[in-house]
Amino acid sequence: MTSFPIPVLSILTALPVVGAIALLALGNRNKNLVRWTALAFSLAALVLTLILWSHFDTISGALQFQERNTWVAPLGAEYHVAIDGLGLLMLLLSSIVVPIGIFASWQIQDRVPLYFSLVLLLQACLFGTFTALNFFHWFIFWELSLIPAFFLIRLWGGANRTKAATQFLVYTMVGSIGLLLSFLALFLATRTFDFADLATLAQHGQLMPAVIDKLAWRHVTPDHVAIIVFTGAFLGFAVKVPLFPFHTWLPSAYSEAPTGTTILLTGAMSKMGVYGFLRILLPIFWPQMQVVLTPLLWLAVATIIFSAYAALAQRDLKRIFAYSSINHLGYCLLAIFAVIKFTGGDAALTGEKYAAMNGAFLQMFNHGLTAATLFWFVAILEKRTGGLRSLDDFGGLRKVAPVFTGLMGIALFSSLGLPGLNGFIGEFLIFKGSFPLVPWATSLAVLGLLTTAVFTLGILQRVFYGPLNSQWISFPDLTTRERLALAPAIGLMFALGLYPQLVLAVVNNTAIQMVEHFKF
Amino acid sequence: MTWIVQYLWLIPALPILAAGIAALLKQRSRIPAASLAIGSMAASFLLSLCAFAHVLGNHSGDGIQVFNVRWFQFGNEWLKLGWMLDPLTAVMLVMVTFVGLLIFIYSIGYMEHDENFTRFFSFLALFAGAMLGVIIANSLLLLFMCWEIVGLTSYLLIGFWYANPKAAAAAKKAFIVTRIGDLGFLLGMVWLYAQSGTLLFYDAGAGCLEGSSLAHLVARTTILGLTLSSAIGILIFCGAAGKSGQVPLHVWLPDAMEGPTPVSALIHAATMVAAGVFLIARIYPLMAAHAGESLSPTVALQVVTWVGAITAVFGATIAVAQYDIKRILAYSTVSQLGYMMIGLGVGGVAVGMFHLITHAFFKALLFLGAGSVIHGCSGEQDIRRMGGLRKYMPITFAAYAVGMLALCGFPLFFSGFWSKDEILSAAHTWSISQVPFFMGAFGALLTAFYMTRQVYYVFAGSNRLASASYDTPLASDFEDPGHHPTHLPHESPAVMTIPLVILAAFAILLGLIGTPAWPWFQSFLENKSAELSFAAFSNPGILPVMISSSLLVFLGLGLGWYFYGRRPIAIAESTDALATLQPGVFTVLGDAYYVDALYAATILRLNAWSAAASAWLDQWVWNGVVQSVSYFVVGIAWIDNFIDSGVVNTAFDSGCQTASRGGQLLALLQGGRVQTYLRLIGCALVALVIFLLWGAKA
Repeated sequence: MTSFPIPVLSILTALPVVGAIALLALGNRNKNLVRWTALAFSLAALVLTLILWSHFDTISGALQFQERNTWVAPLGAEYHVAIDGLGLLMLLLSSIVVPIGIFASWQIQDRVPLYFSLVLLLQACLFGTFTALNFFHWFIFWELSLIPAFFLIRLWGGANRTKAATQFLVYTMVGSIGLLLSFLALFLATRTFDFADLATLAQHGQLMPAVIDKLAWRHVTPDHVAIIVFTGAFLGFAVKVPLFPFHTWLPSAYSEAPTGTTILLTGAMSKMGVYGFLRILLPIFWPQMQVVLTPLLWLAVATIIFSAYAALAQRDLKRIFAYSSINHLGYCLLAIFAVIKFTGGDAALTGEKYAAMNGAFLQMFNHGLTAATLFWFVAILEKRTGGLRSLDDFGGLRKVAPVFTGLMGIALFSSLGLPGLNGFIGEFLIFKGSFPLVPWATSLAVLGLLTTAVFTLGILQRVFYGPLNSQWISFPDLTTRERLALAPAIGLMFALGLYPQLVLAVVNNTAIQMVEHFKF
Repeated sequence: MTWIVQYLWLIPALPILAAGIAALLKQRSRIPAASLAIGSMAASFLLSLCAFAHVLGNHSGDGIQVFNVRWFQFGNEWLKLGWMLDPLTAVMLVMVTFVGLLIFIYSIGYMEHDENFTRFFSFLALFAGAMLGVIIANSLLLLFMCWEIVGLTSYLLIGFWYANPKAAAAAKKAFIVTRIGDLGFLLGMVWLYAQSGTLLFYDAGAGCLEGSSLAHLVARTTILGLTLSSAIGILIFCGAAGKSGQVPLHVWLPDAMEGPTPVSALIHAATMVAAGVFLIARIYPLMAAHAGESLSPTVALQVVTWVGAITAVFGATIAVAQYDIKRILAYSTVSQLGYMMIGLGVGGVAVGMFHLITHAFFKALLFLGAGSVIHGCSGEQDIRRMGGLRKYMPITFAAYAVGMLALCGFPLFFSGFWSKDEILSAAHTWSISQVPFFMGAFGALLTAFYMTRQVYYVFAGSNRLASASYDTPLASDFEDPGHHPTHLPHESPAVMTIPLVILAAFAILLGLIGTPAWPWFQSFLENKSAELSFAAFSNPGILPVMISSSLLVFLGLGLGWYFYGRRPIAIAESTDALATLQPGVFTVLGDAYYVDALYAATILRLNAWSAAASAWLDQWVWNGVVQSVSYFVVGIAWIDNFIDSGVVNTAFDSGCQTASRGGQLLALLQGGRVQTYLRLIGCALVALVIFLLWGAKA
């Protein structure tokens, strides 16, 4: 376990907060100064994360950069932060997505300091969530992240922003209440909020007996108590990911939010849900998940297929990508559920679980990168069209904007899972791992791949191919600054597609430990 | 380990690198882009020759040399990729780089006027690299990855004239239809991976095509009593069927003719569409894996054979009734790919691959010839408006005639005869059924017929280009947007005709390496040395099949002459001879058996319906539930509010008023006047004293 001389994770979380305050102090006079300052803070966070990345001990893959301080002892509240490969990957993703979101928000003109300080606050909440290991402050960050997101949608969103923001807030809050109640039940039974302690209890089969002992309601069998407690926690994450049918808040939130914010929602915040599944549900509740595994698998498959088809029916680019996001995270959940299919030490199946787990990690990162980049292109498009972004508004743009077409084409094919780009490896590992574990669910899930191809190519066909829509004869191609800003994201897509070991070297041992430690 | 095996990766890497550089070049850098593409291809060709020579000189063992590298780690295992050099690889490498090189050169002339010339060469080079990657891959995963990139370049090149909505739609269709097959491929691949623990084909005994893995796969059965090897083989064959245009996934290939003609020649005739055949040849040990010493073909190979046979006849019948010069060739390609599949199914790798190689040359020749015709006729593609081109384009005509005779399988002198004959011989001796043989023979008859029809339409008689009215296009739009119709056909420049002549030479000569008397090609693929023996012709079954297939070819040529050659076609609007004879059948064939309409009415409609249903469910059901819950909550809140303000608050208010009144009363006592306080204290004191005295007395 690496000991670091300074509390680096706390510093990382505090950095965007400082930035947010600084932005508010700068005031509204010089908008460009505010933007560049926001970008500077987000890039500083990226640099800090990269330093963590380079100091991370990949051989152990265990929790590192640990800080642990007693906080409110009677409430089981400890300030306990540390990261393993998964946490590190999520930190890196957040640090990449936030600058993209800031770039894509450059055209925001109204209340600029407030906007960017909310973005940085959101980043702080993301960092807090991905590093916390005690439910107490983890939950604070988890809930707190809704506040900046809510205001970003509510104040800078599209025509139906009020409704979308409210629905987003209330929906996720309701899910969180289930989560909170479940963890209160766990706390009452065990007097601890520490994820690792709870996981250890679950691993030894002591957790649910303790809960049942405390909460033996009349007329409810012990098994049902366990399932109810699990369901509460499950709801919180299922809404956040989202898992079908708890996803209806997402399309309107994603499409009504200003596109720069959508990038944060899809690139980073949606990972909070999947992360919760991996960090919290899987270690603590896997026996319950095993009981309801079949329905869970069906939900994952339904998420994959229905969202892909729903995307096919949309006209608004942002809604298409919103549904596509649901679809892509559905594959992560398929892999996560497949991992708990069998418990025990079958060597061949364990190998498949490593593949599925690594695949889920990669898919989270890849989806974050690709979806953020795609929405970035939408933002660039909106900037040029004054907000038009329907499939029917364009046609033949390749003629006037070949570079735009080429680069967005790369991002689209990355989303489609073309080999050589980042999307493929994650999906391949997920299918490779899931197929032997849950063959039928996996076989059905490939339908999602096909439908994704249909709507992705549909975008290319309607927006970029065909005769040029005369409205856009003077549509400007990407400027040099835009090209330079986009280049790292596109380059990363190629890098990960050709050499996935870049990420797998860091997360693999964590994936092994997750599978091994809990003997899923 | 010799250097050529170790550096075999350079063969695909060079074109890919060239593609990457050309993609970054400006549109006006035409010469650098073309030079990069052609130079890299020439280098790859030379390397392929080295590889070929190396294989020729290597007769040790099974002739397979591999080089595997680690790619990434998951869990405790490394995923390895690798490349391999064996006779199959060597033959394909030489064919693809050679044909590719010729087509690249030809493209300089054909694409001369195109504003996206630079992009064209970038895409072509990327295609060539990916295709070469498919060939050298020693890992099913690497093969699949290159396979998908080949699909991408096919998409890009079919849609090259993107402003044309038909091209855009055709490109999308090609990608989607082949991806349907690829889903099977993907599932087969992960299944194979799970069962074998590796996707390397050959890995010193541990590969998935080697003994222990195959023994494991044939020992297990799955649903319907299929052995695992056959089940996986059939799934992978789905991918091959998509790429190689087998029924029912053939629908994209004719539409793909919207792409520039060099693309049709390279990708949709010679190489990419043959990748499916190559894939089956590559995994042949899996497809043919037997449990024990059973002699009957595996289920997987039976599937391959039947699908191939159906496709062979299906494509050939449709080709009879087409008017677009490229669509005739496209359906012909579908049909010929069916032959290759029959060859693999009934005869083995060598039989299928021999036809693949000969077909690559003569079909590339035919497409380039068609391109030359289209170029010479200023973009015209409808054969009814051609005619008499023999006079205007003599070199193209001569080359085209060679290609046509090779495709028909004209006896003895043309390569197509030998390769097709071998397929038919093998089908004749197939142990399961004679039907594929008869289907193949019928297809051969049709092939000779439709090619004769096409050649008479295009090259014989008088020119009808000028007589045709351009106000009413007959079948197709003009292909090349850079051209304007001029009324005199002309021969193409040397940069286009020289590749034609070279290909024509090969279309004749290649037959010599695979005759029954000297089956060098077959022996080479099996890593044996061939011996010249004319006695082989007298082996049972060889001569009868040769003679009967020759007779069928003559019959086809004769029928073609009877319908189209006897009386020259006078005007473009005259009815086709077959259409006069059998209008109903001709219409059905002309519309390709309405397969596209059938798919539009079923699969596409189902797809659109699923999309609409999913969106509707989202909007009304799932969101509806949420809305209902929220309205319920709001309703409760409203009731709560009513209770609060109407009931609780009223009671509270009145309570407050009572309290307030009491307070006012009591407030009188607290007027702040000291006299009152003193008075009260005095009274209280008196009362206290009286109370205490009272207590004391008691």
